[in-house]
Amino acid sequence: MRVAGVSRAYASGKDAPVQALAEISLHADADELLAVVGPSGCGKTTLLELICGLQAPDTGTIECRPAALMPQRDLLLPWLSALDNAGLALRIAHVTRARARERTAELFAELGLAGFERARPYELSGGMRQRVAFVRTLLSGKSLLCLDEPFGALDAITRAEMHAWLVEALRREPRTVVLVTHDVEEAVVLADRVAVLSPRPGRVVAEVEVGLERPRSRTDPQVVALREQALTALGQGGVL
Amino acid sequence: MRRLGSVLPPVLLLIALLGVWEAYVQLGSVNRLVLPAPHEVAVALWKNAGLLSLNLAPTAEEVGLGIMLALALGFMLGVLIHLSGALRRAVYPLAVGSQAVPVALIAVLLVFWWGFGVLPKLFVIVLICFFPVVVTTVDGLAAVDPEQLKLLRTLDASRWQAFRFAELPAALPAAISGARIALAVGVIGAYIAETSTATSGPYPGLGREIVADINALQTSRAYAAALVLFVFAIACFYTLALAERRLAPWAHRSRGELR
Repeated sequence: MRVAGVSRAYASGKDAPVQALAEISLHADADELLAVVGPSGCGKTTLLELICGLQAPDTGTIECRPAALMPQRDLLLPWLSALDNAGLALRIAHVTRARARERTAELFAELGLAGFERARPYELSGGMRQRVAFVRTLLSGKSLLCLDEPFGALDAITRAEMHAWLVEALRREPRTVVLVTHDVEEAVVLADRVAVLSPRPGRVVAEVEVGLERPRSRTDPQVVALREQALTALGQGGVL
Repeated sequence: MRRLGSVLPPVLLLIALLGVWEAYVQLGSVNRLVLPAPHEVAVALWKNAGLLSLNLAPTAEEVGLGIMLALALGFMLGVLIHLSGALRRAVYPLAVGSQAVPVALIAVLLVFWWGFGVLPKLFVIVLICFFPVVVTTVDGLAAVDPEQLKLLRTLDASRWQAFRFAELPAALPAAISGARIALAVGVIGAYIAETSTATSGPYPGLGREIVADINALQTSRAYAAALVLFVFAIACFYTLALAERRLAPWAHRSRGELR
């Protein structure tokens, strides 16, 4: 995935257009997890929508394989079971219902979701819903996953569980991932590389290579040091 | 205890209302031919049970078929209006206007077309009932989260698939809610239909029966017939509520949730 010199502005009523992204350049190698951190409103969601082809950039180019989006809200369909929600992309790809369930159930078993197949979304906890939403994104068959603050709405304990789960899931099912978050610690715990954005209009102010073994602990001195480094970069970007 | 708790309030209210009614007729100066007492209505109901149930059959058929047709037609119109801006602009004003058409105006034409059978009545009931279904269906379709549709697009869903997986199931409980509103006017719609179009046969329906009884000064029997309509409307309403719960259990469940 390669984003080169991309800008995007929105018209906003009578006011001057709002510049969401300014000349932003990023790349993610195959099976790499790139975290993008930045303050609220720095155009992170816009960036993901550009990568997923939901919007077109004003300037610059985006080269990437087809990408699937996992939004912050799980957006599971209340009338489908967890299994059918996770297998939605297969059904859209005209896989028969039985075959889609079979393939989704395999992945459920592999990722520790066995036993929740028939549950309706409203019967699941927030963490479980995000797991189902992630499996839905995995099963889209796309090699690039765009995760938009997937754990932003979860409590701290559930979020830590989700981090461990995601690391394990990606170990079993490697994908290129662009993870957008405002949580620097989350970025350092999960990512191979962290790109730090400035406030609007977003541009990359620093890139932090993480390169630590997984799974990582939040209290690991190396993780803490990298977190400080990323926070300093955020500060220099004019946030703190 | 919980069952008793849910049955008790409506029963108490009903007894209180009947008590006030009975007292008003017993103590007031109102003529029994103008307003019969509740016990007289009960006696009339008992004596005429056969006649009233034979008249309920055609009315129930009209209302049942009419609501189902209105639900189907209203749902289809709602979907078309949702999918096409041109159709919305073309059809919506006409649909609203159709609600202002006095039935008596077209009743003769309906009989001219379809005779003395059930068809003219069905037409009237559908005309009265389809509109709430259209409105709730259109609103239900419009209430689908745009983020949801965006997500489906990143999963490569076609317009039809987005409709099928996200919009159609969302609109179904909305349409049934519309049908429940429609039902409330549908039973009085059957009365209007029966009294404004001619019917052949000995048992023309409860609406006709009520008019005939009033003209014959059989007021307590007219009230008994109205009571049957009253109970029938309540039964239909809860049947539809049950159907909605069966067809769209998620809508029922998530309503109790904090969002």
